[in-house]
Amino acid sequence: MAAPIAAETAGSEHLILNMGPQHPSTHGVLRVILELDGEVIVNAEPVIGHLHRGVEKLAEHMTYNQVIPLMDRLDYCSPLINNLGYVLAVEKLLGIEIPERAVALRDLLSELTRIQSHLIWLGTHALDIGAMSPLLYMFREREEILDMYEEVWGARMHLAYFRVGGVAADVPKSFLVRARKFLSGFYEKVDMYEALLTENPIWKRRTQGVGIISGDDAIALGLSGPGLRASGIDWDLRKHLPYSGYDRYEFEVPRGTRGDVYDRYLVRIAEMRQATRICVQALEGLPGGPVLAAAPRVVPPEKERVLTTIEGLIHHFKIMMEGYSVPEGEVYAAVESPRGELGFYIRSDGGPKPYRLKVRTPSFANLESLCTMAKGQMIADMVAIIGSIDIVLGEVDR
Amino acid sequence: MKEELTTHLGDRLAAVTEACGELTITVLPEQLLAVARQLRDQEVFAFTFLSDLTGVDCAAGALEVVYHLLSMKHRSRVRIKVRINRGTELPSVAGIWPAANWYEREAYDLLGITFAGHPDLKRILTPDGFSGHPLRKEYPLRGEK
Repeated sequence: MAAPIAAETAGSEHLILNMGPQHPSTHGVLRVILELDGEVIVNAEPVIGHLHRGVEKLAEHMTYNQVIPLMDRLDYCSPLINNLGYVLAVEKLLGIEIPERAVALRDLLSELTRIQSHLIWLGTHALDIGAMSPLLYMFREREEILDMYEEVWGARMHLAYFRVGGVAADVPKSFLVRARKFLSGFYEKVDMYEALLTENPIWKRRTQGVGIISGDDAIALGLSGPGLRASGIDWDLRKHLPYSGYDRYEFEVPRGTRGDVYDRYLVRIAEMRQATRICVQALEGLPGGPVLAAAPRVVPPEKERVLTTIEGLIHHFKIMMEGYSVPEGEVYAAVESPRGELGFYIRSDGGPKPYRLKVRTPSFANLESLCTMAKGQMIADMVAIIGSIDIVLGEVDR
Repeated sequence: MKEELTTHLGDRLAAVTEACGELTITVLPEQLLAVARQLRDQEVFAFTFLSDLTGVDCAAGALEVVYHLLSMKHRSRVRIKVRINRGTELPSVAGIWPAANWYEREAYDLLGITFAGHPDLKRILTPDGFSGHPLRKEYPLRGEK
């Protein structure tokens, strides 16, 4: 791919430097064209698309259920939250109600996913800046969450556990015991991460006052999630436009004041504690009952019925092979992913496949702010700034 | 919000509809910028955050551009729809919401919608030298030319 280097800068004193797409700290295949004046960044232009897989085009050729596993693979650091947003959008179009137990399970697993995602972010972000050891601790806890995923639905990353109408199956009792144990010990773990970094003078010098973005700029550029909140904006979809069961939990929306890399770090650390709080509430208040809606038109029958009755078998095949038709119309459902507003816009023409599916991924929009954050900074800070945005290239490029 | 939309923007809107609890307004291309600016700046709306911008390839050579706006102040959303024919341009909203810059590039790349006045309209997701617009309905899912 030829590099589109601006002609007017070619003869000036500025140096054009290519960062990526194989640079280890760009968290995937991101290329940034840096224009440098000495060591100072004059301009930073992200070049994306290296991971473009045409997911939206693919989705137009698949039934609504077949799309679910594709959504996991957009933001592979928080797969379940991607599933959640998508199924909420389809359910909104279908107008079906979800059983209470499924709602609570979804919230519990979503918040565990948020913790898991923030753990990867913190570990790799610290590693980028030169702190080697935190990664090992964070992956230890992340491993525990992945084990829990495995216990719930067999897979460690791409679960596709949330289904239109609820969740695929009830969780085993052992998972609940395990989750309770993990959550009760997790606050201490977060304290330990903070002990490693928060007051660490090297960490502070690398992150404080670096990559500042104002609240107004953040809104104008479409920055959402922890990055927006670190700039002092009180906005969290879970709190301000609640979806799923989030209106019933008590939690706070942590905010920063300076909008620098350090504040984005503090916000995510605080979010891990808040996510734990939500998990505990969802777990303690977990109601009984079914985990799938009584909507036979979209929810496949139980396995036993499929294997023992001819009606069940026909029903199963009908949903699996043909899918189900979704009323004509359009919806936009957004959830607060660990990275920000994750929105799913679905246009249905009344058939079993989406006519158009657009995923508004937070990383795509957040990456647009990179230039604003990096301008005037030293080149050595670039890695810290990229890390602080917490992009996942899988969802930037789709 | 629906009432405010009809009172303040009534004559500029082609339609205001509500479905699945979501508000949609339809505007004509020539009204887009004026409506967008008013939705952002007027206190009763304060749609300062552009959540999403995308296009849909409709039947009969028409394209629809869909804007999702968010008002943090009023905790509400609105969707703007503009219908254009293939080959006609639509004014860019990048001057109103800078976030639109990349979204419009994406719509241009994948659907071939041209936005007049965009600061740097070029492909974003597909590689340089790529031809065609993959999200158009006639573009095949697989196969080579």
